[in-house]
Amino acid sequence: MKLWEKYHLARTADEALALLSNYSGEAQIVAGGTDLLIDLQQPEKAHQRPKALIDVTCAADMNTIQLEDGIFTVGAAVTHAAVVKSALLERYATCLVESCGVVGGPQVRNVGTLGGNVAHALPAGDGTTSLVALDAQALVGWGDGRREWLPITALFKGAGVSALDSHRDLLIAFRFNACKAGEGCAFKRIMRPQGVALPILGCAVWIALESDNETIRDARICLAPVSQTPTRAADTEAALRGQPANAETIERAVAVAHKTLHPRTSKYRATGEYRREMIGTLLRGALPRAFERAATGQAKAEGVGA
Amino acid sequence: MSEIRLIVNGVEHVLDVPESRTLAEVLRYDLKLTGTKIGCNEAECGICTVHVDGTPVNSCIYPVFRAEGRRITTIEGLANGSLHPLQREFIAHSAVQCGFCTPGLIMTAAALLEENPDPDEHDIKVALKDTYCRCTGYTSVINAIRSAASVKRGEEPLPPNEPEVSEPLKHISVSEPVQDIEDRVTGRAKYTDDYVFDGMLFGRTLRARYPHARILRIDTSRAKALPGVRAVLTADDVPGENVHGLVYLDWDVLCKDKVRYMGDAVAIVAADTQEIADQAVELIEVDYEPLPVVADPVYARTPDAPLVHEGREAGNLLKHIKVRHGDIDKGFAEADVIIERTYHTPTTEHAFLEPECAIGVPAGYDSEHDKLTVYVGSQIPYQDRNQIARAMGVPDEAVRVKGVLIGGGFGGKEDIAGQIHVAMLANATGKPVKMLYSRSESLLFHPKRHATVIRIKTGAKRDGTLTAVEAELYGDGGAYASLSDKVMTRATTHATGPYHVPNAKIDCYAMYTNNPPSGAFRGFGVTQSAFAVEQNMDLVAEALGIDPVEFRLKNAQRVGVATATGQVLRESVGLIESIEKVNADMRAGDFKWSWRDGGYAYGWGIACAYKNTGLGGGAPDRSDAEVEAFEDGTVEVRTSSADMGQGLIAVLAQIAAEELGLPYKKVRVLLSDTDKTPNGGPTTASRQTFMSGNAVRYAAGSLRALLSKVAAEELDTPPDRLRFEEGLIRENGHSIGFDQVVRLAKGQGLATKILHEYYGPKTQPLGTGGDMHFAFSYATQAALVSVELSTGVVRVHRIISATDIGRAINPLLVQGQIEGGIVMAMGNCLSESYIVEEGVPWTRYLARYKMPSIKHTPEIKSYLVEHRSSDGPYGAKGVGEIPSINTSPAICNAIYNAVGVRVYSIPVDQDALYRAMQRGDREVFTAWHDVK
Ligand SMILES: Cc1cc2nc3c(=O)[nH]c(=O)nc-3n(C[C@H](O)[C@H](O)[C@H](O)COP(=O)(O)OP(=O)(O)OC[C@H]3O[C@@H](n4cnc5c(N)ncnc54)[C@H](O)[C@@H]3O)c2cc1C
Ligand code: FES
Ligand code: FES
Repeated sequence: MKLWEKYHLARTADEALALLSNYSGEAQIVAGGTDLLIDLQQPEKAHQRPKALIDVTCAADMNTIQLEDGIFTVGAAVTHAAVVKSALLERYATCLVESCGVVGGPQVRNVGTLGGNVAHALPAGDGTTSLVALDAQALVGWGDGRREWLPITALFKGAGVSALDSHRDLLIAFRFNACKAGEGCAFKRIMRPQGVALPILGCAVWIALESDNETIRDARICLAPVSQTPTRAADTEAALRGQPANAETIERAVAVAHKTLHPRTSKYRATGEYRREMIGTLLRGALPRAFERAATGQAKAEGVGA
Repeated sequence: MSEIRLIVNGVEHVLDVPESRTLAEVLRYDLKLTGTKIGCNEAECGICTVHVDGTPVNSCIYPVFRAEGRRITTIEGLANGSLHPLQREFIAHSAVQCGFCTPGLIMTAAALLEENPDPDEHDIKVALKDTYCRCTGYTSVINAIRSAASVKRGEEPLPPNEPEVSEPLKHISVSEPVQDIEDRVTGRAKYTDDYVFDGMLFGRTLRARYPHARILRIDTSRAKALPGVRAVLTADDVPGENVHGLVYLDWDVLCKDKVRYMGDAVAIVAADTQEIADQAVELIEVDYEPLPVVADPVYARTPDAPLVHEGREAGNLLKHIKVRHGDIDKGFAEADVIIERTYHTPTTEHAFLEPECAIGVPAGYDSEHDKLTVYVGSQIPYQDRNQIARAMGVPDEAVRVKGVLIGGGFGGKEDIAGQIHVAMLANATGKPVKMLYSRSESLLFHPKRHATVIRIKTGAKRDGTLTAVEAELYGDGGAYASLSDKVMTRATTHATGPYHVPNAKIDCYAMYTNNPPSGAFRGFGVTQSAFAVEQNMDLVAEALGIDPVEFRLKNAQRVGVATATGQVLRESVGLIESIEKVNADMRAGDFKWSWRDGGYAYGWGIACAYKNTGLGGGAPDRSDAEVEAFEDGTVEVRTSSADMGQGLIAVLAQIAAEELGLPYKKVRVLLSDTDKTPNGGPTTASRQTFMSGNAVRYAAGSLRALLSKVAAEELDTPPDRLRFEEGLIRENGHSIGFDQVVRLAKGQGLATKILHEYYGPKTQPLGTGGDMHFAFSYATQAALVSVELSTGVVRVHRIISATDIGRAINPLLVQGQIEGGIVMAMGNCLSESYIVEEGVPWTRYLARYKMPSIKHTPEIKSYLVEHRSSDGPYGAKGVGEIPSINTSPAICNAIYNAVGVRVYSIPVDQDALYRAMQRGDREVFTAWHDVK
């Protein structure tokens, strides 16, 4: 089955954008292809098969992980495996390593990219969940030539629907603050052994402590999927701010999460009721890890490859 | 077409290929490096793994133009003069069965060893998490990798984990390697899709658009007009009878009037390339009138259900199977405790890693094909031939079926897949035609394990004596009969479990529906009934306050006891020993049935099983084998029996070597060529070691007698004083070479070739009493599981099994069957379910069907129990199915013991289990596929 006609290896982001523009909508970006090549094979998607694929995996400017002035810049074509191998990310953005570390198996992580995970816009892409909790921004090269940094959440328009059109637009990089002293983050998810490789629920948390190392100054939480798009659990975050970093606070946050988040039942994956319960399980698992990382400044990613 | 430069296994290639190619396609089809296998094309199975610049990737979704200028390493490039340590240790540890996954496992492991010279079990599980093997159960794979790591570090290899056996002979009860095993670790082994013939065309099948519909019109003109299309055939083009089937002839070769399930074939195409064939199929126009769908077997039996097959007197009832034994009313009247429950098991899928493939070559195409020839990895070559011949309207002898290596079967390669279609297309085009199913098509088309609803009522006295079992089973037979009759009969006759139950009344209704057909699948119906029986046993034991092990011991079948079909067991009933072995191991140390620790509830569970060897039920069971000795001192064994990874090739060679006193390497085995090998009968019902094993044993025995006479003359001694040893025939200090005797025999004009037609011991049909089967294998398993209290996630930590297989002719191969069977059964219990919605399969991709991966592999301890069967070769009976029967109930009993929730429906659903635990419910009736 021919899934595309022409194949182009772009060496830079600009080249990829130029190629997209040459094909005026008939070419599509491919990164690891771990979502796209499988999608394109489905008979119901036969009419969506592009004329050309523009491969960005060798685009040098989309393949770097940089830490400068406390800000990480991670290229959109960086693979999950590269994220996992990065000692800097493990130390200063632990949740991202933990989430990329559970995507698929090694062969999928060796080619699948962070950009592909975000561009696919699933309500619960694992890498995406952590990027949301890290309050990441995305650098987008629009088809009309503009380049801009946007909050990553601005990219999600619905389940599997992105503000980007990967036939015209390019996700170039992400940037987010590295964890400073007193800050820590963690990711956990719940899977089931059956059915599709999507989490029942994933949870990334980021915590900043006051200088007393005991009071929560700030918190960011992304639980997914609880809505059509990956979003922050604002009320739950609010329930943490200003509170002591302890078990009682977590229980209060769980209660707020239970009240304010309404995960749905999804076919063959999970009941809404189970997901609701798992919100508590995940917060109770992830928050203490983040507290500890924030308090000690030590962080070793857990569960990679699980 | 565009130019690309690749460095493959150190050799630079410049190729002109379409830009739409994947790396796997270029390796396999352009470079003919067919060691890299394709199991799914969706990045799920990992068996297509190769290295790109040292990094393991799934080549099936790797666009080849991304690899421009890069270094690719495939399985063919791994051996460097001599075998890579991984290749050697995979052989030594018997980590290779069908071999289809082996290149992927080895390549994935090779990348691991480059990074980590001393990986522990956890590291191996992380690295191989998404590289599947459906045969081995992974324990041997883990051992092989650790051993290879050791060798690579310059240390000693680890010894293989040989099970203990009793009274080994020279070649029997010895773990000889399968003869062609080296081919399977080097990528040289050829499966059907690896064969290419000059001028070969590619086929594709148009499948139904509805699960149940009348066909109003088929228009193939647009497809025929497409350039490159060589034939488009429909029902009108079937030269002979438009029907096939293994037990009943009810399955259309190509549907004419109506379609009965989504996998039904409506038209077939042959074209110059696969792309053109795919395109052509889309151009065929079919008008349908959709009909109401029969989606479940219980509904199928109601009077208002539409008919799947019109004109049958019994309507949708495919078969009503009855067991009557003793006096059921009296049995329940005597009972102090009666437990009645209903259990549900889902449709499951074999998921053999090699999708179906067949190649047809027309008669007279070249010097090698004087007959219409079909190449296929089939479990039943002679029945394939018969079904092809019927549809082609020719005598059986006009067709040749050449069996090739099978990349896993498990019962799923017994029915006709593309065999008839390629024969038709080959004849229509005058060219060889290959039909390779995609994973999607394989999932859609082939018969599955029957979904069942089983109501079972068990009665026992206060002292723990079973008094009666009453059961009612519904089996979803799907759209065509396939082996439903036989499978559901086995479910019915085994529905008392391996116990002495004096009174039984069991009714089973195998029903036609518009779901995919159900047929043979390892365990053959007994997997389903055991799930119900063995949980009811625990419920009764609990109600009586008796330990579940003691309760089973008290009622266990033993010599002298009658089964529910009235068969009095005369020998070879190793159940009690198997229970005792498992029990002793389970209770070693500080034993508790359940405990809690750090957020987890742990529990042990136990279950027993038995399974017939051979067809039984009065069906004449026969296997023919031929043994021929050559002047160079070698021997060839020939039979049409399938080796789908279980290692039959080794077993047959061992038997011939033992009988003829030859070095093992002097025996070759040729399987499954209907022109060259006699009929070994179907490879099903765990029968081949027994049946073909006996045929070879007797043929070799006769050959020995013949050669003895010749040698006796030469050595001038009575024939009965001769010993056949290591290629020599000896008598008191004198000896003569085996090869020499063969030459002498030939010189005397004797044929050194013996055909033996072996008939299994006679059996009786169900309902007539007497011996329904000539042997049974027995097993006990204990499972240690944990349930995570905060999530409901179930994990299996240990399985202890003891299996009575009569005699382990090849201990490592037997252990491989047991470990593989157990892990496959864990899938049945915990993760596998083939979901169909109103006749439309939801499980259309492998991504929607999760089988156990290496990370689920528990610690498995398997004991062998060897209660000889007097008719089996050296006392052996079947082993193929027995290991996958009692794992599911053992796990569910363990879950109950751990958290007090009884699971009535599999696969176990952590979601439902967790919610039941939260609410304090004691029962779960739903599985995850009930979530809508
Ligand atoms: C076996 C298996 C297991 C998996 N398990 C998980 C899992 O556990 N968790 C999880 O989250 N995901 C999982 N996935 C999904 C997938 O691997 C990830 O989402 C991955 O990150 C996708 O990245 P990719 O580079 O392969 O994307 P691709 O498939 O190349 O692209 C995906 C989509 O994004 C577009 N795109 C890609 N890059 C860009 C870009 N830079 N700019 C614009 N558009 C772009 C493409 O056009 C396409 O529409 C799994 C997949 C498989 C096959
Ligand atoms: S992962 Fe490539 S064939 Fe299955
Ligand atoms: S040996 Fe692994 S799939 Fe058969």
